[in-house]
Amino acid sequence: RLFVDGKHPSCDSSFFGRREFSFTLENDIYLRYMSFRDASEFEATVCEKRPQKIDIGAVYSVDPAKRLAYANVSNDRVFAPVEKELVFDVDMTDYDDIRNCCSGADICLKCWPLMTIAIKVVDSTLREDFGFDHILWVYSGRRGVHCWVCDARARKLTNEQRASIADYFRVYKGNENNNRKVSLPTHLHPFLARTYSQFLSRYFDEEILIKQSLLHPQENADKVLKLLSGEGMSMQYMSSVYSELPVQLEEKKRNNTLLPDKINRQRWADLQRKLMQKRGIQRELVFTYTYPRLDLEVTKKMNHLLKAPFCIHPKTGRVCVPIDPADCDNFDPTTVPTLPEVLVFRLKHVNSSFSSVSSCSMI
Amino acid sequence: MAFRSIGAGGRAEDGGEDSRGGGAGSGKLSFYEAAPDEEISLEDFEEYALDRLRVLKGIEEERSRGKKMEEMDPLVSDLWRKHMGSDSSKKDVISHFILRLAYCRTEDLRRWFLGIESVLFRHRFRCEMPAAQQKLMDDCNLPYKAMTSAEIEAVKENLESVARSTNQVSNSKMYYKVPFEDVPELVSGRKVYLRRGEAFVPREQLSFLVVGQFRSRLSKALVLTNRKWISFIAGEEKDRLAPMVEALSTRYLGPDYTQPKSSNEISLQDLDQLAKASFPLCMRSLFFQLRDDHHLRHGGRQQLGLFLKLEDALAFWRAEFSRKVGVEKFDKEYAYNVRHNYGKEGKRTDYTPYSCVKLIMSTPGVGDHHGCPYRHFSEDKLRASLGGLGLNSRQVSSALEKTRSQHYQLACAEVFEAVHGCSSDGINHPNQYFEQSRALLQQPKVKQMCSFSFNDTVEFFSQEEPASGGENNNNDANEEKTTLMIS
Repeated sequence: RLFVDGKHPSCDSSFFGRREFSFTLENDIYLRYMSFRDASEFEATVCEKRPQKIDIGAVYSVDPAKRLAYANVSNDRVFAPVEKELVFDVDMTDYDDIRNCCSGADICLKCWPLMTIAIKVVDSTLREDFGFDHILWVYSGRRGVHCWVCDARARKLTNEQRASIADYFRVYKGNENNNRKVSLPTHLHPFLARTYSQFLSRYFDEEILIKQSLLHPQENADKVLKLLSGEGMSMQYMSSVYSELPVQLEEKKRNNTLLPDKINRQRWADLQRKLMQKRGIQRELVFTYTYPRLDLEVTKKMNHLLKAPFCIHPKTGRVCVPIDPADCDNFDPTTVPTLPEVLVFRLKHVNSSFSSVSSCSMI
Repeated sequence: MAFRSIGAGGRAEDGGEDSRGGGAGSGKLSFYEAAPDEEISLEDFEEYALDRLRVLKGIEEERSRGKKMEEMDPLVSDLWRKHMGSDSSKKDVISHFILRLAYCRTEDLRRWFLGIESVLFRHRFRCEMPAAQQKLMDDCNLPYKAMTSAEIEAVKENLESVARSTNQVSNSKMYYKVPFEDVPELVSGRKVYLRRGEAFVPREQLSFLVVGQFRSRLSKALVLTNRKWISFIAGEEKDRLAPMVEALSTRYLGPDYTQPKSSNEISLQDLDQLAKASFPLCMRSLFFQLRDDHHLRHGGRQQLGLFLKLEDALAFWRAEFSRKVGVEKFDKEYAYNVRHNYGKEGKRTDYTPYSCVKLIMSTPGVGDHHGCPYRHFSEDKLRASLGGLGLNSRQVSSALEKTRSQHYQLACAEVFEAVHGCSSDGINHPNQYFEQSRALLQQPKVKQMCSFSFNDTVEFFSQEEPASGGENNNNDANEEKTTLMIS
């Protein structure tokens, strides 16, 4: 049972009624263009239809449920989106080519830092560069995060402006054959330079390198070196980097201070030394392994629907709880409450008034 | 005729003084705020409009060849001088307003006109003197504040950083604070420094600001003009101006394909191979659809029929259609239409074959196969078709990328290049594609230079008789001998 008040301060009374919702029912039945007069009508319909998933769309010029009444009017502007939060979607499957721990829908604490980085980079940029303040981050329930920018200025953005913001974040020049090619100029834009020095290189060194064990064992190191060998670095050079590593490995073995962490760090240090002259390449490597991978299409269009916060994810049962960007290093997706846990909690605390599901996140 | 009642995009109906029609003090570039208050003859009306249209189409063609911004500047100036003359402010304003009428009527037309006029404006602005540029900005009350030197000093490093990251020289003294919403192109390309929602735009990139303003004003004006036009033509101008104005937006201004330039007489048997080797994708799909299905709907018949310009088309169409619908039905229902297309019935107008623009703007429905495949095919279908042409996956991807960014003619040109091994001169018309293709394939030395991606053409070039169907000439009275003139 949710109590949702979908209003922004100082909006008119028709605002909620013109908001589009969509329900996904059992058997993948998808109902779009739903709208409700107020929270109680919303609640009643949710209880009646029991959707597995609720998505939130834009606020339109007329109630979406009544749009057909205007269908005869020739002007194609009559039923059109008027406002919509600026949204971002980060999905862990987009990082599959650089994850060594999981793939597909699985996530764990070794790859979750990638999401942490995404949150920090996007959140700070939205505030510092674009001047937004009212930003909500939400766990998507399974393998990613969503971002809702609710400033009035954000809600009024056109599709073109949203696309320009999405492109501002884009560093991957993708095509069919090569989706994840990072392409950076020699001298970075202040936003990218700041992102690199404040977040990316730090997280790479402290989190990604170690948790993903990028350079140990051999198969993992191979993947990294393969990326580099595509950079016009000759095979002889690469194999010379390569052959040095086992030598040092032997030395460490003799000291018996062998630990994967140390191996990774040692190798990375060696690699950095080798790449000294080609600092651009080292930087691109770090970007490839840390920079946020956004689903840009989600951001670009006003008519895109995104899952509502506080929903229950149909496949995992987890509640889509908010994430505090200032504290996202401590967010643990594996301990997010599931629906059964919530129900149990409620049963135990019958007396407490359950007026907002946000208290869930404090469990 | 006087413009007063219909021209202005919502401004004062009294039209205004002559000089205001020209806008900025230099008397040259303006935002076209006020409609001209002049009388001109009907001939001038049409001529001015056509001349401007030639400039716009010329710009479109150059852009379809992928020219960069700097390369376009002199090209645009040349085009302008050639068609509009050097002392052109009156013609400039009048022709602009006439074309507003022609291009306000549908969303697609508005989008095209808006886009291309913005490009024209941008290049003309870039070629103006700084003083004139500044005056234009001031005159039009652009709401952007110039930054004080203290403010600039505070963020100097960042500004320089941005300039270096985009390979530009940063010796700009003047910067303007602009909300990021107003400069999407600069934001997209990370070409500007942003802070708390404000973009710090250097003087050199002023054109983006100004063009943005131009664009949004014109956009609103077009919508308003459309509303006025609807009420306008209901009345007086229904028979006089309306037909002329409406024809302007579909008029094709390139080489005339109505008359056959040289008769390429090829017999019917060769048509298949011709289709495989030299037809653009739009006509090729239709042709083979016809071959497979022995039927095409009206839109497809029009498009293919006008392209082929069969001298004795009737036999060709009858041969195909009769396999499905029978000879009698064909004679009864389709023959009239075919003859009509070639001017043998009714108005007896010889219709011109459709240009690329016309194909792109058409709306094929379910069961139709006409239109421009780069626009109207699904990505899967397009991928399959391009594969069928013998393109490798890299070439297919490249073409698909162009279609995704709505550069349909560029995609066609890419495919031309992939198929023939040499680049085209830009594609604006299916017959142009065909002509260029024939020209390339008929040069003997071409055999060595270009690489062909599929084997059919080898057969086409060989000295032997074509595999399908017997000799080309003098025999077999039983065969339908139809000469084909492809103009």
